[in-house]
Amino acid sequence: MAEERRPKQCTVVLPTESMKAMAESIGVGQLQEESCAALSEEVSYRIKEIAQDALKFMHHGKRCKLTTSDIDYALKLKNVEPLYGFQSQEFIPFRFASGGGRELHFYEEKEVDLSDIINTPLPRVPLDVSLKAHWLSIEGVQPAIPENPPPAPKEQQKTESTEPLKAVKPGQEEEGSTQKGQGATSAEAKGKKDGLMRMKPRSTHELSVEQQLYYKEITEACVGSCEAKRAEALQSIATDPGLYQMLPRFSTFISEGVRVNVVQNNLALLIYLMRMVKALMDNPTLYLEKYLHELIPAVVTCIVSKQLCLRPDVDNHWALRDFAARLMAQSCKTFSTTTNNIQSRITKTFTKVYNNCWLDDKTQWTTRYGCIAGLSELGPDVIKTLILPRLTVEGARIKAVSDGPVVSNIDKIGADHVQNLLLKHCASVIAKACPLPDNVEQYRADYGYLGPMLCSHVVKARAQAALQAQQVNRTTLTITQPRPTLTVSQSGIGGSGGSRTPSIIKVPSSLTLMSTRPGTPTQPSPPATKYIVMATSSGSSSTQQVLWTAVLLFLFSLKYLDTPTHSRLFIFTIFYIVE
Amino acid sequence: MAAVQDGQLNLEVEKDIKTEITNDGSGNINANSSSPGSTSSGGKSKSPAGSGEDQQTLLAVLQFLKRNKLTESVDILRREAGLSADADDSPVSESAGAGSGGVPSVGADGGDANSLLSRVSIATPVAPPATAPPKVVAASGGEDQPDVNVVLSAYSQQGDPVLYPLYYNGLKKFIESVLDCHRAELSQVFYPLFVHMYLELVYNNHENEAKQFFEKFSGDQECYYEEDLRILSSMSKKEHMKGNETMLDFRTSKFVLRISRDSYQLLKRHLQERQNNQIWNIIQEHLYIDIFDGMPRSKSQIDAMSGSLAGEGKRDANKAKVFYGLLKEPEIEVPLDDEDEEAENEEGKPKKKKPKKDSMGSKSKKQDPNAPQQTRIPLPELKDSDKLDKIMNMKEATKKIRLGPDNLPSICFYSFLNAYQGLTAVDFTDDSSLIAGGFADSTVRVWSVTPKKLRRVKSAADLSNIDKESDDVLERIMDEKTASESKILYGHSGPVYGISFSPDRNYLLSSSEDGTVRLWSLQTFTCLVGYKGHNYPVWDTQFSPYGYYFISGGHDRVARLWATDHYQPLRMFAGHLADITCTLFHPNSNYVATGSADRTIRLWDVLTGNCVRILTGHKGPIHSLAFSPNGKFMASGATDGRVLLWDVGHGLMVGELKGHTDTIYALKFSRDGEILASGSMDNTVKLWDTLKAFDDVELDDFTAATGHIHLPENSQELLLGTYMTKSTPVIHLHFTRRNLLLAAGAYNP
Repeated sequence: MAEERRPKQCTVVLPTESMKAMAESIGVGQLQEESCAALSEEVSYRIKEIAQDALKFMHHGKRCKLTTSDIDYALKLKNVEPLYGFQSQEFIPFRFASGGGRELHFYEEKEVDLSDIINTPLPRVPLDVSLKAHWLSIEGVQPAIPENPPPAPKEQQKTESTEPLKAVKPGQEEEGSTQKGQGATSAEAKGKKDGLMRMKPRSTHELSVEQQLYYKEITEACVGSCEAKRAEALQSIATDPGLYQMLPRFSTFISEGVRVNVVQNNLALLIYLMRMVKALMDNPTLYLEKYLHELIPAVVTCIVSKQLCLRPDVDNHWALRDFAARLMAQSCKTFSTTTNNIQSRITKTFTKVYNNCWLDDKTQWTTRYGCIAGLSELGPDVIKTLILPRLTVEGARIKAVSDGPVVSNIDKIGADHVQNLLLKHCASVIAKACPLPDNVEQYRADYGYLGPMLCSHVVKARAQAALQAQQVNRTTLTITQPRPTLTVSQSGIGGSGGSRTPSIIKVPSSLTLMSTRPGTPTQPSPPATKYIVMATSSGSSSTQQVLWTAVLLFLFSLKYLDTPTHSRLFIFTIFYIVE
Repeated sequence: MAAVQDGQLNLEVEKDIKTEITNDGSGNINANSSSPGSTSSGGKSKSPAGSGEDQQTLLAVLQFLKRNKLTESVDILRREAGLSADADDSPVSESAGAGSGGVPSVGADGGDANSLLSRVSIATPVAPPATAPPKVVAASGGEDQPDVNVVLSAYSQQGDPVLYPLYYNGLKKFIESVLDCHRAELSQVFYPLFVHMYLELVYNNHENEAKQFFEKFSGDQECYYEEDLRILSSMSKKEHMKGNETMLDFRTSKFVLRISRDSYQLLKRHLQERQNNQIWNIIQEHLYIDIFDGMPRSKSQIDAMSGSLAGEGKRDANKAKVFYGLLKEPEIEVPLDDEDEEAENEEGKPKKKKPKKDSMGSKSKKQDPNAPQQTRIPLPELKDSDKLDKIMNMKEATKKIRLGPDNLPSICFYSFLNAYQGLTAVDFTDDSSLIAGGFADSTVRVWSVTPKKLRRVKSAADLSNIDKESDDVLERIMDEKTASESKILYGHSGPVYGISFSPDRNYLLSSSEDGTVRLWSLQTFTCLVGYKGHNYPVWDTQFSPYGYYFISGGHDRVARLWATDHYQPLRMFAGHLADITCTLFHPNSNYVATGSADRTIRLWDVLTGNCVRILTGHKGPIHSLAFSPNGKFMASGATDGRVLLWDVGHGLMVGELKGHTDTIYALKFSRDGEILASGSMDNTVKLWDTLKAFDDVELDDFTAATGHIHLPENSQELLLGTYMTKSTPVIHLHFTRRNLLLAAGAYNP
């Protein structure tokens, strides 16, 4: 035991220079070297003593972090006046300076502009202590509720999927996490012992009755007709920590659902299923890697399928493709590793299809759109290498459709969408990659038919980038929706698309102040514009109105409304509410 | 407002015996806490003795007074004591020798130089037992606390500093060469020797030699002494020794080792052969070697018991009889359920150590032979409301779930949200209707966890309007308007570290960094009394299970027993060598257990004030204690993450539960004692099978007599469940009367 490595006992003392500096600061010049040494030892000793006492206060305060107040109390114990005014949260505000052969640490006292302080947004009002009860265990079994830690933490799920031999059966969970380590080692030992028979431990996923009910409810709500219920269900999927055991069911549900509904061209259901995928991905406690073999084909289907809806000329299946492409990109980012190579495999898939349609004029515009969308979501590098070289050909094809004899309305719309898509994605890439003078002729020469339009988009993109750079430091007010939602106005299902009020209707459930960030990737709007839709139904209770008015007036007072657009928005809102 | 309703109940009987003790003890405290009035009276009471010792004390007091410019008091005291004016001018030097004024004198002569940092100043908590040894209820260790000066002067007889490493190395070689069976035992000598040799070097100003010595040999010491070594290493000058607590501990108390006779003979022979006087002197003067006959102990046996600041407890220290049985429950006319009686009193014979499953916590009709006499300490009489509560308790008990390895309790977790790491203490009432939290911002908050809201009594003006004859007068005095789910109690001026409800739910105790213990009324939600006595942070306080008495302990190393209607402590339990970190009453209220940062647990007799058990084995400060419901066993948890189980009757360690990875702040036995729940800083609640733990221990007469026990390595078998919380350290646990486990902690996002 004594041989165990122990941290080096601390024999550090403060440098004597510090003593000199301190002596000078109180007007004692020319301190002798010996006195300095003696002083520094004494001071170091006292500091250590105080630190040891402060630790006591930390322990009794039931904390793991030493705070400044602990040191104050330790000083008080020694009958020394505490250092008032040190309330530093995280860092110790020392600065280092050297010059004239002297090195000093000092704390910086900046000049503070009072008006800055007055104008900074008020911090959130600290909430009062409150008490909340939940079941940590029911007759020895820990229920999977948000208040408890997830039964199988994400790291464990990850190791399970990457190193299956080390995994533990999830059925053992109630045996406690301490045995996790044990189980792992014993499984390993077993694996070694058997040598020949390296059995992959079979994981059982028996669902309890409650879980079965939950699964039923959730899946029904997700594909049902009630939008409010669906939102709730998706919210639950995205946040609940205990879904680990139901993952295989969900992924099968999604993949089967896509398979059936693609054939039936049921756009609405496909959208709902994609939203489920999104919610699963958003859940911080789930690790989906194991189920990608089911999810990826489903998602890719939704991107490149020839037909996703009954009336391709009217329905907005483009949004679905965009959304699915974004999902795909997200999963590539999250799960691509050197072993599974998802990103490159996906890229290859898209390119292959794309190549086909490049060669073949007869390929549907829809598939073409899907490929381009899928590729362009994968990042500017992919766009640069795979899409830009083909712009000319693509342009010619679009030209043929738009200028040529009217073949069909569907082709026309398809070509339009492809054109817009190309312009949108390529412009930003070109804006970054190409030198400044945007010459229309040059563009025409490089990109053919699309050249001039591209040129104007690039100019716009540049302007926007400049604007954003300007605004980046400015805080804005956003009413964030609980989760990004995919919006579809679709006429096929559930009433007419036109009469539906804007589809993200929601009295904002959470109102937070946050700094600018690029548009959430799932909003099908261009990234720079952020739109906030509010609706207060006429039936809403008056108290709520009062509340909201108060909140908004409060925000008003907080001088958030310096940007004209926002103030207009707020005036609008308040007007709306008061009305 | 006294906690005990009827004033007849007081401690008159006892007081007659102990008047001197309490008065003088507290008088001393006052004297030391710079109240000039009581100082002179304290001095007066002692002056007639006029012995050399008192002379020293007086001189010290005089010096103190003079320093504080209390010239009048000085004159008075001098007149009273009949001292000449120049007597006190003579320096009370360290060579003054055997005077018990030693402690104050250290403060006195070092006072001006380092008055700021000197902990051994006049107000030092160690002073009372030292200044008036025969009077204060001292620790059992009273006799093994020689005077500081003697020990200090012992250091002055020095050898050649260069030879120290040689001596040490010689001994090391010798011990490494002896037979295996003796090696483990003799290795115990290393640590105390190392410390004392180092201190000698430092004391004699051989700074560099000391440093070298430390670097050379500190690596050899057992890892559980690391904390102390760190403190030692920072001490490199003679001046540092003054006022260093750890230093004082080593100087004033002998390090206790248990060594078998054979091993001891070996060592003795070796040292005498080599003429190794230096080491021999240290062993003679600073070590207490408890020699026993029989087999030398194994390494694991030694490791289990060592680790405390001053070695193991002496075997003699744990010989006193402890009446660990429960008091007879008062007979209340309520039909008891038959099942409860089938378990008649089985835990009779003290030698037969098989704990009977059914006897745990059952209420026996007959007097338990191990129980103290019913009137051993005066207990408050039962009020009608108490009786009602007892009846409720019994009714609930019949609905109690029988727990066991196959029948684990449900755990309900109370999270404190938005506490910003400020939650420092939690307590539940016995009936689980209220929960109280102590916070770092000096507040105490009380919540009602039942739908019944907290109501305070109406103001005096409103009360006068109430018809006192009406039947529901008790309801009417309550103010409905201000009823709320929680109430905040303001009064402390520092973090609240300890909190405890009275059993009748009328009072709440809180102890704080500001050195006071406060008694709050839960009727009016105001502070009733501030008990001042500890001058330093009070780490813990606890009500007696019968109410009225309470215990407090803190940084001043003295545990104090109070009664709610006395503003001065009834008993002072001195003996711990470092902060008292947790306190607990035995279920029969006759004993008090204290855990300390010196890594020992002591059990004190409330009646006599003696220390009846010293339990060593923890390797870190002890932060939680729990008695089993039958009073026979105790569990303790420390910063080292281990739970140790103790047999109170024999003073033996009977189990070790490993599994936690951080400080254990909460321990609780289930109502039947079948399951032990432990809560820790590592965000887990663990459940342990204590029945099995106590069953597995085989106790024959030999182990019982020597205390050398083989601990079974069965922590994993005993662990029944681990429940992770979501980043919420568990700081309190409580079993409801129906055996539902309640846990509490602050959520740290």
